Amino acid sequence: MFDIDTWREIFQSISKNKTRSVLSGFTVAFAIFLFAVLFGMANGLKNTFKEQFGDRVVNAIHVYPWRTSKAYKGFQAGRHIQLKNEDVAFLKNEFGDKIEYLVAKVYQSAKASFGNNKNNYSLTAVTPDFQHLEQNILMEGRYINQKDLQDKTKVIVIGRLVKEDLFVNIPPLGKYVNLNGIQYKVVGVFRDEDGDRAERSIAMPITTSQQLYGNTTNIGGLSLTYNKNMDYDEAIAFSNTLKTKLKKHLSIAPSDQNGIYVSNFADSLKEINQMTFALSALIFVIGFGTLIAGIVGISNIMIFIVKERTKEIGIRKALGAQPNSIVSIILIESILITTIAGYVGLIAGIGLLELAKPTLAIYHLKDPSVSFSLVLSATITLILSGAIAGYLPVKKASRIKPIVALKND
Amino acid sequence: MILVCDLLFIIVTTKKLDSKFKKKMLKIKQLNKSYPIGKSSLHVLKGIDLSIKHGEMVAIMGSSGSGKSTLLNIIGMLDEADSGDFILDGLPIKNLNEKKSAVYRNKFLGFIFQSFNLINYKNALENVALPLYYQGMKRKERQEKAMYYLEKVGLADWAEHLPRELSGGQNQRVAIARALAAQPKLLLADEPTGALDTKTSYEIMEFLQQLNDEGRTIIIVTHEEDIAKMTKRIVRLRDGIIIEDQVMNQVRVAEYV
Repeated sequence: MFDIDTWREIFQSISKNKTRSVLSGFTVAFAIFLFAVLFGMANGLKNTFKEQFGDRVVNAIHVYPWRTSKAYKGFQAGRHIQLKNEDVAFLKNEFGDKIEYLVAKVYQSAKASFGNNKNNYSLTAVTPDFQHLEQNILMEGRYINQKDLQDKTKVIVIGRLVKEDLFVNIPPLGKYVNLNGIQYKVVGVFRDEDGDRAERSIAMPITTSQQLYGNTTNIGGLSLTYNKNMDYDEAIAFSNTLKTKLKKHLSIAPSDQNGIYVSNFADSLKEINQMTFALSALIFVIGFGTLIAGIVGISNIMIFIVKERTKEIGIRKALGAQPNSIVSIILIESILITTIAGYVGLIAGIGLLELAKPTLAIYHLKDPSVSFSLVLSATITLILSGAIAGYLPVKKASRIKPIVALKND
Repeated sequence: MILVCDLLFIIVTTKKLDSKFKKKMLKIKQLNKSYPIGKSSLHVLKGIDLSIKHGEMVAIMGSSGSGKSTLLNIIGMLDEADSGDFILDGLPIKNLNEKKSAVYRNKFLGFIFQSFNLINYKNALENVALPLYYQGMKRKERQEKAMYYLEKVGLADWAEHLPRELSGGQNQRVAIARALAAQPKLLLADEPTGALDTKTSYEIMEFLQQLNDEGRTIIIVTHEEDIAKMTKRIVRLRDGIIIEDQVMNQVRVAEYV
């Protein structure tokens, strides 16, 4: 059935009936082209969205102290709230089961120098869990550990860009860096996918910092992550409870909007997730809409083609063509056309996305691409549906009595 | 020894020829066909008896509704009778499925239609070669054979032309070449001159007469008296029965014009 003569018949039929071939080819090519472009743009939008929120830990709550704005329990308004180590213990005690990581931090900036290289970096004094909270990835050595906290060792972990700035080609582990006049030993190097700023920072044990700068138990801020199993509403409720209890603990008026800030990502996360969901739904609708439009188009054309070829079918049957040979010749022809056209549409769509990438980036569409396998399966779906839509009328036409088909003018 | 062999060969072939001439090309007995129209049915063929010998040229005549087209459809295996026998060259045609009738049509029958029914995107040569394609013949052989028959109808120079580039008479000759190419037992022509002017009609008839002279059996359905007279026998149908079956002296087109 698939001998060279069959193919010759098919190729002749395609090349001699250009309008018909171009028409059915165009439908498929255009549907796939649209599918690829629309899907790609929607993906670009999604990528932009993703990038905006980066790899930030989304179940994080940050606590910052500030001045109060209301007098309460004998304290004057305008009091500066200072967080201390005991507040960390308080939170651990109160919410231990709901907290994943809890980190106390002290922020400062540091003039760092190693040999002749000098630069300014942000220096954060932290506890070991900070690594998980910031999602810092160790490249060399180790992170701050519990022993550092106990011994108040003068060790630091530096970001990838700090290493590049100060050390250039020298291996940094074990070397001493001068920070604000004090020598610290480098024990590790980390990288961070959040960007350059995150990689231009240095981490040290919080106990060391507290001892060196005034021997206090003062803390600059708190960061914590809560149990990931909480849904948004639970998370928001949790952060509200945490704020209330902390205010009570720190003797801040319950109605005071200042004094302490608690930022919970769940608030915005809920919106973001709703938007991502809407976006995904939109992509889905666009994709399927285009595909269904394509299926309807190619189905119509197949029915039209069979109708147009009814007389030819009658002639072929009168000359001794088997019904099967008629079905296969028309179906193979349509599959061949739709396959080639689908491929053209696929290449055109993906090509356009590639070409337009720099332009689209200006309009906040990052990396608008569509996976090859997705477009390929869309193309195959279209080809198959064309074949299926064509099969029934062709089957029917192949059973028609030649004399009836011949009268069809 | 060689002589004996030759003699034997001659005896065998003459015997074969003998039996061939004794056998009927077409034998139809008590053929009935009716079409359902709503709840009642229309009895189109009411017991047709017809036999046609090898080498005959028969015209089937009748006004529209007389059943001549139905009869031709049944002979052409495009339709099946309700009852009765239909024997084509000794082969009973019965209980045909689609596949079998396709094979029989290809092997036994050559069709010539009023509207030529050439495939419009194929040139003359390709059209003639099409039945050979369905016989499974190799491309080269197919083309040689198709060319041979195109030469026979005098259109060798037009082999590469598409049907729309040819006149009506030329198209009908291409169609005749196509009908001949499969070397059928029986040529069936359905109003072959219906779409042609008188002069061209006669040319086509002259050609069909030549083919008949060469020994081919031809059945022509027509409603034109002058065309019918160019055959050797006229079968007249009316209301589903044969009212007249006359063998007559053929009018040769060559004399007529």
